[in-house]
Amino acid sequence: MATRRIVMHFPPQLIDEPIISGLVRTFDLEFNILRASITPQQEGVMVIVLEGTEADLVAALRNAQEKGVRVEPLEKEVVCNEDKCTECGACVTICPTQALAIDLETRHVTFDADKCIACELCVPVCPPRAMEISF
Amino acid sequence: MPKTYAEINEKIKAGKAVVVTAEEMIDIVEEEGTTKAAERVDVVTTGTFGPMCSSGAMLNTGHPTPRMKYSRVWLNEVPAYCGLAAVDIFIGVTELPENDPRNRNHPGLFSYGGGHVIQELVAGKDVRMAAEAYGTDCYPRRELETLINIADLNQAYLLNPRNAYQNYGVAVNLSRDRDIYTYMGVVQADLGSASFCSAGQLSPLLNDPYYRTIGIGTRIFLGGGTGYVYFQGTQHNPTQARSENGVPMGGAGTIAVVGDMKQMRPEYVVGVSFYGYGVSLAVGLGIPIPILNEEIARYTAVKDEDIVAPILDYSRAYPYNEGGPLGHVSYAELKSGQIEVNGRKVPTTPLSSYVKARAIAEELKQWIQAGEFLVSEPAELLPSADSGLGFKPLKERPFNNGGVI
Repeated sequence: MATRRIVMHFPPQLIDEPIISGLVRTFDLEFNILRASITPQQEGVMVIVLEGTEADLVAALRNAQEKGVRVEPLEKEVVCNEDKCTECGACVTICPTQALAIDLETRHVTFDADKCIACELCVPVCPPRAMEISF
Repeated sequence: MPKTYAEINEKIKAGKAVVVTAEEMIDIVEEEGTTKAAERVDVVTTGTFGPMCSSGAMLNTGHPTPRMKYSRVWLNEVPAYCGLAAVDIFIGVTELPENDPRNRNHPGLFSYGGGHVIQELVAGKDVRMAAEAYGTDCYPRRELETLINIADLNQAYLLNPRNAYQNYGVAVNLSRDRDIYTYMGVVQADLGSASFCSAGQLSPLLNDPYYRTIGIGTRIFLGGGTGYVYFQGTQHNPTQARSENGVPMGGAGTIAVVGDMKQMRPEYVVGVSFYGYGVSLAVGLGIPIPILNEEIARYTAVKDEDIVAPILDYSRAYPYNEGGPLGHVSYAELKSGQIEVNGRKVPTTPLSSYVKARAIAEELKQWIQAGEFLVSEPAELLPSADSGLGFKPLKERPFNNGGVI
């Protein structure tokens, strides 16, 4: 099984079409929507993780592009600069997905990049500004 | 049998002292009892690492040629105080560059300030200094722009008037829909989060609640080097209400500390930014507690379960001095990740790094075990619970019609 973290841009004419459910059914994919925003008469943006066989994923993304969806890999990521992090934990309640958490045994602050949806809420909240955006 | 400072120091010099951290002391007292623990253990080390806003650096740059009496100074554009002798400078950790937008576009980012300048100096980085003067016969120079480096300064020491708060309030936000931006970090609306800031069972003054050993002249770990307690800290409040075990139930004692920045390390002196609030410095501080008798042994075995902090509403009650705490909660509960406030479950977030507090207590233990660091008998103890000293609010006495025009 392969995984893709991607950003999908939906032009206004596609917003009311069930693109994702179509893809998921046709190509037998698992999906997890990390972020989605749609504004009337504008583009819709969705950050999504798709999981399936490599062949199905490639076919599904080609199919989406043929329908007019612009597909890009999720390139923006939030990273923890460990030289700056003091492991205080000021970030843990602001993080909506618990990607940032405190190990209750060791008290170490952990960052699970797989859970991160790059919402960037932790970036200004971190006192030593250890959470950085990388492209 | 009570021990003296001299006896403990003889053991330290001989490499025979039994030194444990405040975390380890909990188990020792539980297993062996207070009497045996007091006999066997000579020193308990503590540690804390968190933002300590009443901190700053005293620097002496030496004179340029011709000589100069600074009347205004900036370090990396951050203003420093120089109303002292000619080339003495004090830079406070919460000072901001004059051109920082502050909260004009709320919440401001507060990316850089006095605390960051101090961290850069400690890290050995060059810092840009600009100075102005009005010029005198003895000090004719009027303008100066130069790089400075800690290695070239005559003196560079942290001079912190209020550090290592003995316990602190827990910040929550009762407002319905407004996140608040405070020195306790972002506190989320509608009981969305609770911020706390103490190392709890590892924190220096919580292990010596009545200041039986910590006083003027106590040698300490400060920022990775050696420092000293020089006075009671500002807002020192030993008459705060106490639990049965003697531990204050809210912010109480504080210490004023000093230490040579040339010995310090940037991982223990960290410039920090509080979104929508300002800048500060996170300071690493550790104090060795000599186990002179059973009473002190008992105090150093204090556990997170037995230390409580008041829950305060920072959206209204705290800033406007309206009403008391919403309740008290133990550090064991705070560290579990969730507390209960007004019947609701509230996730907790610390501002004080327990990982670093533990590393400080451990390093201080190693210094003492190696015979490099002796315990010091204070020249004078800090005012304690029986002193009558409290923390008073400002009594405003308006003049000129209270400033109203």
